[in-house]
Amino acid sequence: MSALTSSCLRARSDPDWPGHRLLVREPLRLDCGIDFGPFTIAYQTYGTLNPDRSNAILVCHALTGDQYVADPHPITGKPGWWETMVGPGLVLDTNRFFVICANVLGGCMGTTGPQDINPETGEPWALSFPVITVPDMVRAQKRLLDHLEIDSLFCVTGGSMGGMQVLQWAASYPQSVFAAVPIAAAARHSAQNIAFHEVGRQAIMADPDWSGGRYLSLGRRPVRGLAVARMAAHITYLSEAALHRKFGRNLQDRHAVTYGFDADFQVESYLRHQGSTFVDRFDANSYLYITRAMDYFDLAIEHGGSLPNAFKGTHSRFCIISFTSDWLFPTSESRELVHALNAVAANVSFVEIETDNGHDAFLLHEPELFETLRGFLTGCAEHRGLTRSW
Amino acid sequence: MAAPSSGTTRNCGDAEVRPADGAAGGLRRDLRLIAEMIDPGARVLDIGCGDGALLAHLARYKNVDGRGMELSQSGVNSCVGHGLSVIQGDADRDLEAYPNGAFDVVVLSQTLQATRQPRKVLETLVRIGRRAIVSFPNFGFWRIRLHLLFCGRMPVSHLLTHPWYETPNIHLCTIRDFVAMCDEIGVRVERSVTLDRHGQPYSLDPRGSLANLLAEQGVFVLSESRGKTNAAAQAEGRRV
Repeated sequence: MSALTSSCLRARSDPDWPGHRLLVREPLRLDCGIDFGPFTIAYQTYGTLNPDRSNAILVCHALTGDQYVADPHPITGKPGWWETMVGPGLVLDTNRFFVICANVLGGCMGTTGPQDINPETGEPWALSFPVITVPDMVRAQKRLLDHLEIDSLFCVTGGSMGGMQVLQWAASYPQSVFAAVPIAAAARHSAQNIAFHEVGRQAIMADPDWSGGRYLSLGRRPVRGLAVARMAAHITYLSEAALHRKFGRNLQDRHAVTYGFDADFQVESYLRHQGSTFVDRFDANSYLYITRAMDYFDLAIEHGGSLPNAFKGTHSRFCIISFTSDWLFPTSESRELVHALNAVAANVSFVEIETDNGHDAFLLHEPELFETLRGFLTGCAEHRGLTRSW
Repeated sequence: MAAPSSGTTRNCGDAEVRPADGAAGGLRRDLRLIAEMIDPGARVLDIGCGDGALLAHLARYKNVDGRGMELSQSGVNSCVGHGLSVIQGDADRDLEAYPNGAFDVVVLSQTLQATRQPRKVLETLVRIGRRAIVSFPNFGFWRIRLHLLFCGRMPVSHLLTHPWYETPNIHLCTIRDFVAMCDEIGVRVERSVTLDRHGQPYSLDPRGSLANLLAEQGVFVLSESRGKTNAAAQAEGRRV
């Protein structure tokens, strides 16, 4: 695992990173019962808010995503994670729409998270940071939108955990959501998904450098544990077919197996690379907190065990999108969501997109995803009375 | 709203159905007839909505609140890409979740014969819609009878385009069969129109032998009989 220890950048929020910061002074009542605050929300915006403030799209990022939707990542320098989707003339057309994306509460890219300093102790929060839930993340985002004086979002969209936030938005603030597009998401985290997250968390905690979560105070970082967590998780984002297509049993820079434990196979080398680059930009404790938030997500439980109740009386227009080869958030979970929305006669579209790119398909160039989303948003914009330009 | 490309196929389990002769404005004749039966501003569910031609027409000319359901993924993606609210699903599996009376009109056009449980589907249609409009090819049509009589082979027509071994139309019926089933399950026939080969309406009694012989397809407006509505609502307790 030597490759994994070579790079040891501290993933810590940096005031020089580009983008906006909002200091929320009024404490937020979290699901765990704690009044948390003041805290900071780091966010990016693209495009211009129209005079009647009706063209805002909130993009919610996934577990290891961030607010840099269409900007280079300040640590890795890589293009924004949805750069192909958000921009002038693109599907989330910044000539028409005002696109907002905020780092989630508990994250490590500028919004307050466990790596930040607890003002009461002067030490990083680490495990004394309160457990965050998806509803908490959404409550924090609502504060941001109140600050921006946006009462009603034209659209909320996002994939995976971003899709969970979309659903939470639609359930918690239906009057603020004109259109909701959860992609590759579900109304609850499945047992299998919780199981994979637990593997990741245990890998982090088993790293001696994790030090009970106090690694930052001790000048260490559990990069090996975090890398293993990422490697395991990354497998779940792909599909067997895609792994076979990309790597098969091909060997890495060699003609024969070495009868040892080097990365003989390309797929091993690929995963090690994924793990080692991830630790440069992500905080291990943030990973623990955010995976926990996903595990706790169950929209029906909040509404007396009935998923339709979460959407009762909604006037939002929904577009549910799933991918055929996504076994992490399979189409069956999206269909359950569709049935729940049908049960309250909500306005819902549901598209399953054929691809072998697995769960990660929402981040990749999937022409049908782009076409569907563009058409849906165009239709919604007409219903909303949004003219083409202002 | 951009209309989906006109003149393309409508998936009715019978993917190759072309717009009938005499179709105008890009809408198939029987769909135009159905469109005329729908009041402006109605809440409509079109099951087997194909490329969304009817929904687009209704949205444009009748300001309906339209939803669609379609089996073929390409049809769904095309509809949603054109701004229509359509879900991927099928009539057998995905109608149950809708509450009673969720729609003013539920349309099932040229699809009933491709469902696994047409009787159950029909009962569900009149439960979730105040009215259901159902169109289907009449297997009692004289050409079909003659084809079978003289050729001795399973009929293939412009409404039934597939050979027997790959047809999705697994529950074909005649107009009399259909009316008999409606009577049996207490579904009220509010109105019925029979169409000739060119999609022109006949003024024939749908219960008569002549309609069963001369009509190539039937279009029926159905509703749940009043007694059944109350009983069903009580039994199911499903009203939301």
